[in-house]
Amino acid sequence: MKKWALLEENLLELIRRTSTDLPADVESALRRSCARAKPGSRARGILETILSNVAAARDNDAPICQDTGTLLFYFTTPPGIDPLALMAATRKAVAQATSEGYLRENTIDALNNVPSPTNVGNGAPVFNFEPGARDTIRVRLMMKGGGSENMSAQYSLPDDRLKAGRDLEGVRRCVLDALVQAQGNGCAPGILGVCIGGDRATGYAHAKEQLLRRLDERSDVIALRRLEDRLLRESERLGIGPMGLGGASTLLGVKVGALSRLPASYFVTISYMCWAMRRRGVVLAPNGGVRKWLY
Amino acid sequence: MAVLTPVQLVYPFTKEQIAPLRVGMSLLISGRIYTGRDRLHRYLAEGGKCPVELRDGALFHCGPVMRRDGQRWRVSAAGPTTSIREEPYMPKIIATLGVRLIIGKGGMGPGTLEACRQYGCVYAQAVGGAAQVLAARVREVREGGFVKEFGIAEGLWELEVDTFPALVTMDATGHSLYERVARASRRAYRDLTSAAESVAAAGHG
Repeated sequence: MKKWALLEENLLELIRRTSTDLPADVESALRRSCARAKPGSRARGILETILSNVAAARDNDAPICQDTGTLLFYFTTPPGIDPLALMAATRKAVAQATSEGYLRENTIDALNNVPSPTNVGNGAPVFNFEPGARDTIRVRLMMKGGGSENMSAQYSLPDDRLKAGRDLEGVRRCVLDALVQAQGNGCAPGILGVCIGGDRATGYAHAKEQLLRRLDERSDVIALRRLEDRLLRESERLGIGPMGLGGASTLLGVKVGALSRLPASYFVTISYMCWAMRRRGVVLAPNGGVRKWLY
Repeated sequence: MAVLTPVQLVYPFTKEQIAPLRVGMSLLISGRIYTGRDRLHRYLAEGGKCPVELRDGALFHCGPVMRRDGQRWRVSAAGPTTSIREEPYMPKIIATLGVRLIIGKGGMGPGTLEACRQYGCVYAQAVGGAAQVLAARVREVREGGFVKEFGIAEGLWELEVDTFPALVTMDATGHSLYERVARASRRAYRDLTSAAESVAAAGHG
């Protein structure tokens, strides 16, 4: 029993950190965008407000954004660890974080519209498990707000409207189109996770997983790395800017991955993440004690 | 565009106060504002009775995080939510209840823009996600209604704010900053994609 108490405590701490403190790579990207925006411009003003909000959330130990999002947990577990026990401990930590005000009552029953007082519900939080060889449990958490999730999109190529064929140029057109459709509604400057291939479900899952990569981590695949750089550059030319009120700072990053596909399908899936990219992680010993904080 | 000296806006937000506001002006809003989001808008647009006076008032599209300190409520995070979801309801609410100021994020559609023009209302953008900076401007909170029925995030909260910052993005003369930015971005998209080749040939196999 004691073992799970320590685990619960550290999962709660993971949720607290995720909700109240932006990871360093995202905060520095915001700072760089702010420094590049013209002093006195609307974009600069918004980015300054965003940066003071990040600092205030840390100081107040309170949520960065009131939409504390879908809780996406990614576990990598060694053999012999019971996923059911991890899930039970996570649910308890989520309920506790809700009662301590780190999470809003954000989980609504889709049929009767009643909010769950604990944020535990059917399919909430979201669990992803991956077997790992090492003797440690890795837990990564992303909190993804509804405004950004609503701006995510999936395309099936070829797309006649966009004149997008089944190649990287077609992918580029889809991503730029998704940005034009989203405007500032996903809380720009955002971060895009993109998946080329897969099916409709794995495409969205893999696009989201791209968001787990640090902003300064570049793709190993040269073609994808070039596409990421190019899309980030071109997003500036769209002029959407912070909160969609104009300016160059439309995105903080683009991360592209690829999955195999069927001959008949060619999906391009874009997961839009807001500037409040709440992503944290921890490596735990099998007894639940902290080995190391990630990000 | 340079950020101009902010306009101080104090409740009640009369037609005279609202009429001269133009897209691009920054506001510092003080006095009473009400939160409301999806459930409240639908309820009001369907003719539901409003428990507070919205005439010359402000509706803030926001589902806050609230904490209870003994008998009192305290705002722990309160940024704007996406406004476009209220587009089906907003024109009717402006017309029938006399709302003069909408605070939200992302802007609204042609129906709301037209209602703003017709009845004298403006839409102001608050910085999305800036839940701490905005919560710090809230002096007092009271339950306005439906907190039990709709839940904490969907309820109607009465907030006393002090110099709450927002930017006019849709005004009462029919101008919308969102339309301007969206048009420019569509033009840029066309420029970026006109040169490159991508042939949408092969059909679905």
